[in-house]
Amino acid sequence: MAATEVVQETKRPPQPPGLLKWIRDNLFSSWGNTLLTIVLLPITVFILFSSIRWMFVGADWRVVTQFPLLYTVGQYPRDEIWRVGIGLSLIIFMLGASWGKWGGLLRSISIAFSIVFGVFALLPVQHPELDLGMRLYLGANVLLILVGYWIGRIQYLKGGHIVIGWSITPILAILFLSGFENSSTLPAVGTTLWGGLLVTFLLAAGGIVLSFPIGIALALGRRSSLPVVSAFSTIFIEAIRGVPLITILFMFSIILALFLPSESRIDRLVRSLMAVTFFSAAYSAENVRGGLQAVPHGQIEAAKAVGMSNFQTMLFITMPQALRAVLPAIVGQFISLFKDTTLVVIVGINDFLGIGRSIINSDPEFMQLQVEVYLFIAVVYWIFCYLMSLASRRLEAAMGVSSRL
Amino acid sequence: MTETTTNEVIISCKGVHKWFGDFHALRGIDMDVHKGEVIVIFGPSGSGKSTFIRTLNRLEEHQEGDIIVDGIELSHDVRNIEKIRTETGMVFQQFNLFPHLSVLKNITLAPIWVRKWPKDKAEKVAMELLERVGIPEQAQKFPGNLSGGQQQRVAIARALAMQPQIMLFDEPTSALDPEMIKEVLDVMVELAQSGMTMLVVTHEMGFARAVADRMYFFDEGLIVESGTPHDIFHNPQEDRTKLFLSQILQH
Ligand SMILES: Nc1ncnc2c1ncn2[C@@H]1O[C@H](COP(=O)(O)OP(=O)(O)O)[C@@H](O)[C@H]1O
Ligand SMILES: [Mg+2]
Repeated sequence: MAATEVVQETKRPPQPPGLLKWIRDNLFSSWGNTLLTIVLLPITVFILFSSIRWMFVGADWRVVTQFPLLYTVGQYPRDEIWRVGIGLSLIIFMLGASWGKWGGLLRSISIAFSIVFGVFALLPVQHPELDLGMRLYLGANVLLILVGYWIGRIQYLKGGHIVIGWSITPILAILFLSGFENSSTLPAVGTTLWGGLLVTFLLAAGGIVLSFPIGIALALGRRSSLPVVSAFSTIFIEAIRGVPLITILFMFSIILALFLPSESRIDRLVRSLMAVTFFSAAYSAENVRGGLQAVPHGQIEAAKAVGMSNFQTMLFITMPQALRAVLPAIVGQFISLFKDTTLVVIVGINDFLGIGRSIINSDPEFMQLQVEVYLFIAVVYWIFCYLMSLASRRLEAAMGVSSRL
Repeated sequence: MTETTTNEVIISCKGVHKWFGDFHALRGIDMDVHKGEVIVIFGPSGSGKSTFIRTLNRLEEHQEGDIIVDGIELSHDVRNIEKIRTETGMVFQQFNLFPHLSVLKNITLAPIWVRKWPKDKAEKVAMELLERVGIPEQAQKFPGNLSGGQQQRVAIARALAMQPQIMLFDEPTSALDPEMIKEVLDVMVELAQSGMTMLVVTHEMGFARAVADRMYFFDEGLIVESGTPHDIFHNPQEDRTKLFLSQILQH
């Protein structure tokens, strides 16, 4: 008995260090370190304490809490706001269905959305914009995720169906949002009235979804053996990468309008989306091209040797390995695209940041509350960017970016 | 020697030349291979062995001479090239498995997309082949998690899955640790005895002795000498062959 106990003792894995030991190792490991701790600790505590006190006592958050709809949809007519709700619910439903089908990361995202909706539905505060109807709508979305999940679990529903669903969803949502001329149920709502998070997400999601395939096409084009194709791709990529996004936004919003006859004017939100998309596509193209170059030539030879065509080799062998290798860079590119959408304020589009600015400018009293507004906006951007990088890390782990290559 | 050799010529090369820029890598290669024959090609590094067997499935393009594989002349016609590639399997020194696909998917990819087999048929054949090369339990793993010897056996199974007429091996055991060479050679010996037409670039002289029908000694882009293993080992005619054999047989 005693002998086995001794064996068990020695086989125990090393224990994580205690809190005291951590403090000693990290804060007081040497004289220099101890001095640094003694100087920095009070400063840190002071800054922390005063910012927390400011947040709860000094700050006036009404400038944020008063206008939730303004921040989310801008000037979208309040009578028509149910259409935004339907668009959002379509996406929520597809999210639930994808969770049911694929699980994994989609599960976490679905649960996070459900929690946010649930919390707002039950928020114990009086607010004119958080009336019973709105609360019911938020609660219904939680149910919708679960219904989607349940449908996604259905056996004969294939991944392909969900992909088709995802490609129809944005078109439906946009149709609902923009409406039709001469329609009484869905009257047209001009994009000049769209704003807030709605516009930020439209630009970011649209830019990501559209720029990715264009970037892949440009990367392939640049490597093409056809001189016309490769010259066009190279010039396109280098021209865009050589110019700041602001300039491209101006070009698309002003110069494009000058060249095209006024009847065929492209909507200005679409023009901004085009600018953001092409800008991001040029950078994605260079990322993808780097990935393609990193795929060893032996892979292509092995694919050719079993009789695969050039197209099949690209589709099944080269591109998947290239994309996997540059996934972190591409997600980084998408995160900066998300942040870069704030530049559309310059061409007069009221995205999330733009709404914040217009709220500040709408009332001299709010001018005093700029810090609150910008802090709120910064935190919201940070949350979404952080979620994207978290998703990227989960995706990398799932695909074994480092281990399987 | 295998008893499966026939009189039907399956590969015919006449006066094959190949240049890399100004460098003359193949300087007139003539070779006829009969169905079921096992050919071993050996020679010093840089003598054009790899270049030669890679011209047979058009991974390299020859510039002069004629190559006819399984009745199809190798030309610029893309359809001919893809046809020939489905009839010839190739095993590389560095395995070249697809690292992002499971072992099973490595093997079934080409049968499904090139031969257009239904998925279950491709998977059934793949499992039989994995059985044949002795690693059916590795089907769901990824190549990165396999030993070198196991990877090369998967590579052989991947090539066989297309049911080729001819198998090309380019130094299949050179990148392996010594203890893994035998497991790969065993598979190749079994394949040779089953009647497969094989062209093998290798310096494994034990393998050559056991199963080769003819051996070709390459040097500086030319075939210096050829003959049965008995002729080559016991009665080499050329000084360069003798010198080279004495160097590699020392080990
Ligand atoms: N892609 C290439 N470009 C230029 N030279 C090459 C290329 N491939 C092979 N060579 C040259 O051709 C000669 C024969 O190469 P190779 O067939 O690989 O020799 P072996 O397989 O007999 O060692 C070598 O001198 C090599 O440097
Ligand atoms: Mg070689």
